Amino acid sequence: MNLDFSPEETAFRNEVRTFIEDNYPKNVSAEGLRDDLSPEDMVAWHKVLGEKGWSVPAWPPEYGGTGWTPTQRYIWSEENARVNAIMPLPFGVSMVGPVIYTFGNEAQKQQHLPGIRSGDVWWCQGYSEPGAGSDLASLKTTAVRDGDHYVINGQKTWTTLAQHADWGFFLCRTDPDAAKPQEGISFILVDMKSPGIEVRPIKLIDGGYEVNETWLTDVRVPVENLVGEENKGWTYAKFLLAHERSGIAGVARSKRAVEQLREIADKELLDGKPLMQDFDFARKVSQLDIDLAALEITELRTLAGEEAGRGPGPESSILKIKGTEIQQRLTELTLEAVGHYGTPYYRDLSDTGSNEYPIGPDYAQHAAASYFNMRKTSIYGGSNEIQRNIISKMILGL
Amino acid sequence: MDFNFTEEQTMVRDGLTRLVRESYDFDTRRSVIESDSGWRPELWAQIAEMGLLGMPFSEEDGGFGGGAIDSLVVMEVFGRGLVVEPYVPTVVCAGGFFKHAGSAEQKEEHIGGIVDGSRVYAFAYAEPRGRYDLADLETTAKKDGDGYVLNGHKAVVIAAPWASHLIVTARTSGERRDHDGISVFVVDKNADGVVTRDYPTVDGRRASDIYFENVSVGADALIGEDGKALPLIELVVDEAIAAQCAEACGAMKSAQEMTVEYSRQRKQFGTPIGKFQVLQHRMVDMFVEYEQSVSMAYLATLKLGESDKERKSAVSAAKVRIGQAAHHIGQEAIQIHGGMGMTDELAIGHYFKRLTIFDAEFGNVDHHMKRHIALASD
Ligand SMILES: Cc1cc2nc3c(=O)[nH]c(=O)nc-3n(C[C@H](O)[C@H](O)[C@H](O)COP(=O)(O)OP(=O)(O)OC[C@H]3O[C@@H](n4cnc5c(N)ncnc54)[C@H](O)[C@@H]3O)c2cc1C
Ligand SMILES: Cc1cc2nc3c(=O)[nH]c(=O)nc-3n(C[C@H](O)[C@H](O)[C@H](O)COP(=O)(O)OP(=O)(O)OC[C@H]3O[C@@H](n4cnc5c(N)ncnc54)[C@H](O)[C@@H]3O)c2cc1C
Repeated sequence: MNLDFSPEETAFRNEVRTFIEDNYPKNVSAEGLRDDLSPEDMVAWHKVLGEKGWSVPAWPPEYGGTGWTPTQRYIWSEENARVNAIMPLPFGVSMVGPVIYTFGNEAQKQQHLPGIRSGDVWWCQGYSEPGAGSDLASLKTTAVRDGDHYVINGQKTWTTLAQHADWGFFLCRTDPDAAKPQEGISFILVDMKSPGIEVRPIKLIDGGYEVNETWLTDVRVPVENLVGEENKGWTYAKFLLAHERSGIAGVARSKRAVEQLREIADKELLDGKPLMQDFDFARKVSQLDIDLAALEITELRTLAGEEAGRGPGPESSILKIKGTEIQQRLTELTLEAVGHYGTPYYRDLSDTGSNEYPIGPDYAQHAAASYFNMRKTSIYGGSNEIQRNIISKMILGL
Repeated sequence: MDFNFTEEQTMVRDGLTRLVRESYDFDTRRSVIESDSGWRPELWAQIAEMGLLGMPFSEEDGGFGGGAIDSLVVMEVFGRGLVVEPYVPTVVCAGGFFKHAGSAEQKEEHIGGIVDGSRVYAFAYAEPRGRYDLADLETTAKKDGDGYVLNGHKAVVIAAPWASHLIVTARTSGERRDHDGISVFVVDKNADGVVTRDYPTVDGRRASDIYFENVSVGADALIGEDGKALPLIELVVDEAIAAQCAEACGAMKSAQEMTVEYSRQRKQFGTPIGKFQVLQHRMVDMFVEYEQSVSMAYLATLKLGESDKERKSAVSAAKVRIGQAAHHIGQEAIQIHGGMGMTDELAIGHYFKRLTIFDAEFGNVDHHMKRHIALASD
């Protein structure tokens, strides 16, 4: 057993570090909140990577993947986190892309995979509904066959960044009489410009707009947009969720955030000395470091298992639970570190576009909003309660 | 032992609860905090008319002879409804300084203005580099003839945009962080050289960063003794903490009840999510945390009149315990509400935000834990 990277892996790290240094768009910073960025900023790096052939590293090489080992992919994400890079949105790259190349037909692969790789097509995920959250299988949106079209009616919600989306992948009920609720669901690709789609923004508690209600009224979608078999959508949806979860631990990004927290706590003062020298505070930062080390090795063990051909099983729920708890704790401690200057509501101030001198230090400005916003991570992607249910059922056999 | 409120306190509580329920529902609050002014002066006038702003003052000072328990009663109801109006800065903080240390003239002028609702005060004590240390002051007040000249920068002064007057802590002598040499002043917010930058806060209130640029005040601006104000400031801040602990309890109670109610209504997997035992036990823990917090808010309030050491120890204990509970209950409430908890539209997120900010006001958990430890080893 050893934790060292091989010489090849170290060489690889140097290669990607240089590439990122030379090519990461200088004007795009991920220091703030994602929805403060323009849609163009959000995909700028994706487009650079698309040209280099590095935008979908985990895909099989025949579809444009890099053929990197899981360890190389891990190094890749660490190096991106080092500069706080804005990574390609997951909806195309890690969610619908793998579903299309695994279950889609040739025409769908031809039509959709290039736009996902290049970053030219923006995807959104239409799963959840007002009455179907954790119990996704109870979804009500219907797709009724009418000649060579499906006619879709229903309401989706929480559709992340749908305001910018070109395409969406939707779960719809195609057989209302199926014996089990999971059995009558289909996976359908929908052009978001289709008549009958209305996207309404939802304001979140941090003051931002990243999710939407999506209303579908008599939306006509060609039957060619069905992925795989009719009524088998649940299988694809579950396949996709496993992919969604494996990226969710966010170790590299959290490591970077711990460094940033330390930098902030070096600048903030307590009794005239840096807050970072305060034992109580330092202890909490070290606790995070320690939890993060445990998570990192757990993730590397999972990766090693993948390299040995064992797919991510229910163990990925461990990564989701611990990863999100650490992210939440990090933003909570960052808010604590900035003291009084966590209290101003900066988003309103920047709305006015005024050039007045700033209030408080720069690093305080997103602290509260990030903390509020990150509460979402234990709710979405299968809530942490649902992850625990999965572990208890699938691993503990309860 | 008696944990009951007097008949009068119960009446006040019921009356105020009705007022808040009827004229301060969640939608009204939202439109108020988004409005230009950010608060409801007309409600403040109504509260003054009900006599609530005069309760904690003695009769000879022009009040109704009550005390800190009356403030607890008011603030608990304020917390229930997330009322933003400036009771703590005006009545508890400014009122506290005048009550404990004001001259006869100051009492007459200022307490009178507080009681009838004509004056609103903000308490400018925190500084950008001082964190929660009340003695860590860079703001100076230099003697100048009979009066003083103030210079400095105060951070995140709650309710300052609404205030007519400011209570300002400043150093009249000594080095930064010395315990001696600290004084308190009352300053007209319109005085020359007072520069404010106003902004909303994440929990729906308003605040300012305030710059004092050679602000001249007369000798009558000094409250209490020159250079000896730290114990007075500590006393008033402890009173403010006790009141805010009561507010936090009100907010926790609302958050806890809303969560239980939501879990009864929200169905997933064909059953109300409140039937899942994991969620039940967590809501029980929220309830237990809330009850423990109420106990601590009582303890803090009841000890305000005791020796410095006893008072500080109880107040810090309450601030620690309630700070922890506020985080716990706020986070659990959002989690159990699922995606709905993340929306600005639902009240629960606003309770969460107020409970989050509560911890940082007047010293967070770590700060008060340290003070508690230091007192125990004294
Ligand atoms: C910011 C954000 C972005 C999102 N983006 C998308 C998106 O792009 N596309 C999309 O389709 N969806 C998206 N979602 C939806 C997300 O997947 C759901 O919020 C999630 O599945 C939880 O569902 P719910 O909100 O309806 O909560 P509910 O299912 O109502 O759950 C409420 C609470 O009950 C708990 N609970 C439920 N069932 C059980 C059980 N059996 N045992 C124990 N506890 C239980 C939950 O864990 C939670 O704490 C997003 C959500 C958020 C908050
Ligand atoms: C030191 C000691 C002294 C004792 N003295 C006495 C005595 O003098 N006289 C006497 O009569 N008894 C005595 N007891 C017995 C004691 O009352 C029982 O141990 C107790 O009632 C728990 O029962 P159990 O041990 O069978 O655990 P179980 O009932 O088998 O419980 C096992 C676990 O499951 C949990 N559990 C059970 N039901 C639920 C549920 N519905 N929901 C969630 N969790 C649940 C329990 O909380 C526990 O964690 C004593 C026990 C101990 C350890």
